[in-house]
Amino acid sequence: MTDWLTPQEWQAVALSLKVSIVAVLASLPLGVLVAYALARWRFWGHGVLNGLVHLPLVLPPVVTGYLLLLTFGRRGTVGQFLDQWFGIVFAFRWTGAALAAAVMSFPLLVRAIRLAVEAVDPRLEAAASTLGASRFWVFLTVTLPLILPGILAGMVLAFAKAMGEFGATITFVSNIPGQTQTLPSAIYSFLQVPGGESSAAKLVLIAIFIAIAALALSEWVAQAVAKRIRAN
Amino acid sequence: MLVVNIQQHFLGFDLDAGFSAPAGLTVLFGQSGSGKTTIINAIAGLSRPDSGQIEVDGVVFYDSAKRQYLPAHRRQVGYVFQDARLFPHLTVRQNLLYGGWFAKTRKASTDFGHIVDMMGIEHLLTRRPGALSGGEKQRVAIGRAILSRPRMLLMDEPLAALDDARKAEILPYLERLRDETHLPILYVTHSVSEVARLATTVVMLNAGRVVAAGPTSEIFSDPATASLLGMAEAGAIIRARVEAIEADGLARLQTSGGSLWLAQHRLQPGAELRLRIMAKDVLLALEPPTGISALNIIAAHIRDLSDTPEGVLVRLDMGTETILSHITRRSAATLNLRPGKSVHAVLKTVSVAPGSVSVSRSSATQTPEARE
Repeated sequence: MTDWLTPQEWQAVALSLKVSIVAVLASLPLGVLVAYALARWRFWGHGVLNGLVHLPLVLPPVVTGYLLLLTFGRRGTVGQFLDQWFGIVFAFRWTGAALAAAVMSFPLLVRAIRLAVEAVDPRLEAAASTLGASRFWVFLTVTLPLILPGILAGMVLAFAKAMGEFGATITFVSNIPGQTQTLPSAIYSFLQVPGGESSAAKLVLIAIFIAIAALALSEWVAQAVAKRIRAN
Repeated sequence: MLVVNIQQHFLGFDLDAGFSAPAGLTVLFGQSGSGKTTIINAIAGLSRPDSGQIEVDGVVFYDSAKRQYLPAHRRQVGYVFQDARLFPHLTVRQNLLYGGWFAKTRKASTDFGHIVDMMGIEHLLTRRPGALSGGEKQRVAIGRAILSRPRMLLMDEPLAALDDARKAEILPYLERLRDETHLPILYVTHSVSEVARLATTVVMLNAGRVVAAGPTSEIFSDPATASLLGMAEAGAIIRARVEAIEADGLARLQTSGGSLWLAQHRLQPGAELRLRIMAKDVLLALEPPTGISALNIIAAHIRDLSDTPEGVLVRLDMGTETILSHITRRSAATLNLRPGKSVHAVLKTVSVAPGSVSVSRSSATQTPEARE
């Protein structure tokens, strides 16, 4: 594999996988919480939260990237705070690429999980509470297992979106080989220089392969879960 | 002992119900929309009334005056829903054990086999709910509720979603539950035959108010209740014991008013029965009638008469039991019926409306089909 790919190409693929996986896993707990809140709770600011979550889906990615730069950059309020107190830096690091990917894929993650939560019969949760389960245990033993297919579907969608994220990433953390150059940024760079077409073509093939593999995996897992629930 | 006194306001409907339910099976009985499910949900903690008190065996579930409210998961009531509500992602065994995971007292292991046996669900344990029939699901749901080690059982029309064959399949299990466990059971239904067969106490609801409450036989022989049920459904419930099966196949039953004969298969001597005697099936005669095909004629005294839209409802004392007879005004006048008068009650068919004979403390599970 490393012979077939140049170090720069290989770095871009590995970085994209790392960024996407970290982005999905890190945003998953918040995604489940927000999806559950939007599906089940009626609270002040419901519409605002819903709008905020979906904003990256409708804003131009470059705008989202610029807003991230303003907020989480070295001069940004949140960025300065995190740097001083926790030593976490997003600007021009792979962590920034992961943050951008997480923000951009968050709406897809939440939408998929929210649909799954809305499909869970609240009467099953009521039954669980009469059997002695507190809200926390009802969620863990009834709701969560029933929304698992939705969570997996959301994770695959979010992963695919994170793999393809370009505009916000390049605006927020630039396009530094080995640091922040993800697969789409690398394809873009190779297409800018003469003779880069063969490198770009290889990366395009890899992108297609990863996308199809992710879809197949999610389909297989979802079917296995559904079969278990239906009957045996 | 369950004590309930709650008020709740809905659009176009006010619930204001107070009653208590002693040990045994108490039926909350009333037409759809009379507030039955609202009450049972308030007891379970699934909905909150506007005001009132709910208490079970001295444990306060809800008291609006003292601002006390116990959340559903800490009430320890086993709730059997109309639509079983089994967890689709768990096996039958896991469904049954679910409540045990959260119960504070740990004494489950011996109960499990016993309850599985009582409900006849041994062969289903490894399956998932999706593969079960309606009747099987409901039996698993009952088992799951009992195995959560509840203070009491709540059942919301557990048979309503089932066809007659499935009902007949479950009724014997409910009777065993009533007779073999000592759990107080609150049972919601609008089916008179389920009340007749199962109830030890009846609480009748009408438009959000309790209109009658008491032991089943008293409630059913009360003319006021009869008018609520409608004359087609009115009838008393009496207890009987199978004395012997005679040579021609008829069962001789002992009641407090005398012997009755019943053509009913699979009855065993010693079995205790509940007979439902419909008011429209009881004729009255001043002299012991002769040359008549009806076998069951019992001497009785008239306690009182009350007018109904279609005629006269006569309440008769028959030993320690009470039965009702619905006759026309003309008959009442012709026979000159008055309280205290001795009459002979002719039971046209030992009035076995479907589901109204019940067998307790006997293993017979029979389908009632006898006539005369």
